[in-house]
Amino acid sequence: MNGEKRILLEYADKINPEKAEDYIKVGGYKGLEKARKMKPKQIIEEVKKSKLRGRGGAGFSTGMKWSFVPEHAPVKYVVCNLDEGEPGTYKDRIICEKNAQALLEGMAICALAIGAKKGYIYCRGEYPHIVRLLNNAIESAKKAGVLEDFDIEVRMGAGAYVCGEETALIESIEGKRGEPRFKPPFPGVEGLWGVPTVVNNVETFACIPYILTHGAEWFASIGAPDYPGTKVLTLTGDINNPTYFEVPTDYLLSDVIYKLGGGIKGGRKLKAVQVGGSSGAFIPPENIHTSIDFDSMSRIGASLGSGAVFVLDETRDIVDVATRIAKFFEHESCGKCNPCREGTFRMYEMMQRINAGRGSEEDLENILVLSRVMQKASLCGLGQAAPIPIETTIKHFREDYMRKLM
Amino acid sequence: MGKSYAEIIMPYKDKKGGLIEAFHALQREFNYIPEEALKEAARIFKIPESKAYGVATFYSHFSVEKRGKYIIRMCESAPCHVAGAGEVLKALEQYLGIKVGETTPDGKFTLELCECVGQCQAIPVITINDDVVLSVSPERIPEILKKYE
Ligand SMILES: Cc1cc2nc3c(=O)[nH]c(=O)nc-3n(C[C@H](O)[C@H](O)[C@H](O)COP(=O)(O)O)c2cc1C
Ligand code: SF4
Ligand code: FES
Repeated sequence: MNGEKRILLEYADKINPEKAEDYIKVGGYKGLEKARKMKPKQIIEEVKKSKLRGRGGAGFSTGMKWSFVPEHAPVKYVVCNLDEGEPGTYKDRIICEKNAQALLEGMAICALAIGAKKGYIYCRGEYPHIVRLLNNAIESAKKAGVLEDFDIEVRMGAGAYVCGEETALIESIEGKRGEPRFKPPFPGVEGLWGVPTVVNNVETFACIPYILTHGAEWFASIGAPDYPGTKVLTLTGDINNPTYFEVPTDYLLSDVIYKLGGGIKGGRKLKAVQVGGSSGAFIPPENIHTSIDFDSMSRIGASLGSGAVFVLDETRDIVDVATRIAKFFEHESCGKCNPCREGTFRMYEMMQRINAGRGSEEDLENILVLSRVMQKASLCGLGQAAPIPIETTIKHFREDYMRKLM
Repeated sequence: MGKSYAEIIMPYKDKKGGLIEAFHALQREFNYIPEEALKEAARIFKIPESKAYGVATFYSHFSVEKRGKYIIRMCESAPCHVAGAGEVLKALEQYLGIKVGETTPDGKFTLELCECVGQCQAIPVITINDDVVLSVSPERIPEILKKYE
């Protein structure tokens, strides 16, 4: 036993994700059946009691989010975020490929809870095969009659990381440029086409059926008490098993690397690990004996984010990696606000200079100042998080930077 | 004869926010959005041309420039980067005789860079139109591209 715990992926490769009948045979759509006998408020209470928190990165209480939707609004929407743009992340794709019906069931339960008749799945443009899979899965669920009058439409993105941000995603579904909106108002009050909208991540929705079926207490008892359940992780970098795993949320990062991951390639030593995709902090080896749950990661100045785990061995040039990441953000900044548009540009410029051996100590100090400005003044999470990988590499690996300065 | 621009766009006319879906449909046909098609879309969706253009140029998968029959995208996100994306890119440029952003003279291949395509289980990764090619190495380039020649 390697300590994996499979809930969402229990029947991976044993059932056809497109077929509702397959899913029903292994207990699927029981949660929805239960939800139909409950009042909307009771469903929301149950989700609150489960302590489920969003798996899309921000870790917000799902039940709470649903409870903000005004009861009496005539039209509401359920939106699933399948934009999955964090480099090194492919867990939402895996959940769709292995258990797409659970996602549909979770959305249908949410629709009952908030009183919506229509749902959208926003799938990144890089996954055309998932769009086909989901359309077949929806058709199969419709034929089986399980969705009743709840309608789900799949929309495809077109290669923009920022569209994973919930308000940019909404703009994109509306057929516009995917630029984030000012918040408030939050989507729960004013979302898609100006009406109350719940936006949740694929993994969040996929947890819902199991909560309804097995009960909130059961879910709350798994993993870390304040961020319970499981988390699907994807491992990349200098690791022996670069694949995906589903673990209870109190699983240790060190075990992710050395047990599930099979350790560092070539028996080398760990240099650093970045959790949560390119917007995540770099974690030095002395901090890896930490549980992966949201709050434990925050305590060491990191974030669980999307659950991507990017491992670098001792031979890696971390300044070069941080420079590559700076380019990512420079490229993906939507340009709507100054701190991020200018900030990511300058940041990349300075990082390139340092990486090429032409940087000065002044550049390094300027990066740290700029980093604070961006974190405080950027409009959305992209600009706020962009400096974090750079700041944390300077913090933990300053000598690597010093060696490259003029 | 292929379909007219209007014929491709019309099915999305009454879809709320259907402009992006219409652009996808155009690209499936032409691999880019021709200027006249963009104008037609603006007319059908009753928005200014500048707005349609603004949407088309926001998304990296859409192009308003003519592109090749096959679009090769090299992932250069951090995981692929450390797995050797740089060498693969060099090999691609050499084999095709073009630089990033260019199209081969015969109109077959366009070479682009992209960020993580979510196939990080076997990197580095390139995509060729909708196909995903895993664990790419410089040596494998000729064999991979042969299929498309
Ligand atoms: C730049 C940026 C990119 C994001 N990308 C994603 C994404 O790909 N998938 C996702 O679920 N959430 C993403 N988010 C978070 C969403 O804004 C939102 O918080 C999330 O979809 C809410 O779902 P949850 O509560 O179920 O986590 C992103 C946020 C930012 C700022
Ligand atoms: S922070 Fe960056 S991505 Fe977000 S709105 Fe501002 S410019 Fe756009
Ligand atoms: S990092 Fe290249 S496919 Fe994910």
